[in-house]
Amino acid sequence: MSQSVLPPAGPNGLTEDVEIQGHIVDSLLLPKVLDEILTHGGNYVIKDIRIGKRQADPSYARIEVRAPNQAILDEVLDSIHDHGAVPVTVQDCQVVDADMEGAFPEGFYSTTNFRTQVRLGGEWIEVEDQEMDCGILIDPEGGAARCIPMTDVKRGDRIVVGRQGLRVFPSDTSARQNLFEFMASPVSSEKPKGVTVREIAQAMRRTREAGDKLLAVLGPAVVHTGSVEHICALIRHGYLSVLFAGNALATHDIEQSLYGTSLGISLDRGLPAEEGHEHHLRAINTIRRAGGIRAAVDRGLLRSGIMYECIRHNVPFVLAGSIRDDGPLPEVITDTLVAQRRMRELIHGVGFALMIATALHAIATGNLLPAWVKVACVDINPATVTKLTDRGSVQTVGVVTDAEPFLRALVHELTQPKSV
Amino acid sequence: MRQPRILMCPPDHYGIEYEINPWMSRSRGASQERAHSQWNALCQTLRQLGVVIELLPPQPGVPDLVFTANAGLIYQQRFFTSRFRHEVRAREEPYFDAWFGAHGFTVAHLPEGMYFEGAGDALFCGSALFAGYRIRSDVQGHQWLGQQLTIQVLPLELVNPHYYHLDTCFCPLAPGEAIYHPQAFDAYGCKVLEANIPTLIPVNEAEAARFGCNAVVVGKQVVVNTGCPQLMKDLERRGYQPIAVELDEFLKAGGSAKCLTIRLDGEEAALWR
Repeated sequence: MSQSVLPPAGPNGLTEDVEIQGHIVDSLLLPKVLDEILTHGGNYVIKDIRIGKRQADPSYARIEVRAPNQAILDEVLDSIHDHGAVPVTVQDCQVVDADMEGAFPEGFYSTTNFRTQVRLGGEWIEVEDQEMDCGILIDPEGGAARCIPMTDVKRGDRIVVGRQGLRVFPSDTSARQNLFEFMASPVSSEKPKGVTVREIAQAMRRTREAGDKLLAVLGPAVVHTGSVEHICALIRHGYLSVLFAGNALATHDIEQSLYGTSLGISLDRGLPAEEGHEHHLRAINTIRRAGGIRAAVDRGLLRSGIMYECIRHNVPFVLAGSIRDDGPLPEVITDTLVAQRRMRELIHGVGFALMIATALHAIATGNLLPAWVKVACVDINPATVTKLTDRGSVQTVGVVTDAEPFLRALVHELTQPKSV
Repeated sequence: MRQPRILMCPPDHYGIEYEINPWMSRSRGASQERAHSQWNALCQTLRQLGVVIELLPPQPGVPDLVFTANAGLIYQQRFFTSRFRHEVRAREEPYFDAWFGAHGFTVAHLPEGMYFEGAGDALFCGSALFAGYRIRSDVQGHQWLGQQLTIQVLPLELVNPHYYHLDTCFCPLAPGEAIYHPQAFDAYGCKVLEANIPTLIPVNEAEAARFGCNAVVVGKQVVVNTGCPQLMKDLERRGYQPIAVELDEFLKAGGSAKCLTIRLDGEEAALWR
């Protein structure tokens, strides 16, 4: 009678907590119930067990029953019910009407990025748009629930308060173990990069094959290190379906396209170009005069680079502004809340996120992603990866390296014919 | 020594009026006359063994009231009235409540929604209460009783519908000793019995079908239906005196000697008596 090693319950797996009490050890009811769960295709975790000390003392066990789908869960619960294992009585979640715009009612439930369910009318309902640091909005009919950021709350919105009738599925219940499980620690500069890159490439292939979107979150160092062509290759090969970045990435990408420099440094020679420090501002001005990046591409002014490939291949992007931006480029969204909202829209369907050389945008994106979306974070600075993980994006695998060699290896992995 | 006391109910209204177990067949029916003479013979036999027989007044419309073993569970002066799974038998509950209430017992009921069929499914052997579940009683009811009485309850799943009550396939003889029909239990149940009862006498299929396990134990005497020669030999070998009384009219309803009786002062095998 040992705890099971887990779990067939993938991202869509179902669970139900059951309790069994009485003389469940001497009567072999507990092992019988556990055997029944396994026999019917379920699995379990013993969450709590208290064994009676004397013969007449009852024992107690709380068991989380897991099943890959509702039919199997029902079958398992039916089969163990007669042996005394009954679902833990749970009440519906508590819902309160928002009393003002832009703020939750007091005592609101603050979300995590883990898969969450709420109990409504006796049924467990999946919370949609899972995102950390939000509230949960219940639709007026009470049949659906989704995460809602504080600023989007309207007066009268039905918001979940307290912790009753809620259950959260920590990330170890999702099937991501098979991804980077060879890595004992999520971030280290000592790891063999080749293996890591191959694993990331595999994850990206699988994501694409599953029909999910691949998100790239890029910092300007991608351009400074000379990786523009690698990103363009990813776009052309269909390995990049959404791009999040800031004004700098786009600006330096366009600067390179127009002037061959990045922050004034010639990417061919690695030396400062004459008057090169002005190039980025002139690039921004050119794009602003043209009416935006898309207009510049349409008019033939911008003919290469990451932003050009995004426009050409219909890769949607969000350029989120910040206080130190020059310009900015017309497409840059300077209202942070608007940018977040646009990012949320584009995050739907993302199955893998590649974050390279950016702390700010990586953390911003990490805040929005549910925990089951795998993240690879590439940065020369280990602290960037650590920061991302510390802020709750525990699904992150970090690669401490310069962007260019990583991307070169990744593109090579993805574009070479697959070995059988 | 105290005289053993047993409650019985004359079979004035006994008959096969419904079918709630595989033994019952309305088309076959039961003979009133034979039922009476067999019941009287059982009654007489028990009296000869020194048992005081108390009588529950028979009532029309409740043909199975004759099976007093299913009245409830007796523990000292406490009586837990059965909560029958089948509505046709649930009608018997008020009569048991009334009788036990009027005869010095503190009557209690299990919570709503828990099925429990009394001494039919709950038998003491030593200090533990062995409890059959799944077909008639449910396991939650047994566990609830265990908490109320602070006793060890060992639920045993009954897996053969012919042996729908524990007392049709298991009969404690004394603390640590019992007869049983192994095929009525699953592997877990057999293991629990083996682990907790040092001497288990198996009853073969043919004699189990004669309700050999549905026996009444009074001291070293064991009253059992006819047609169980092997069981009688086995009992004799263990120092018991088996007495055969034909109870075939009651077998038609899925009952025999034990079902027709309930020991008011505690079964022989119960340590608490």
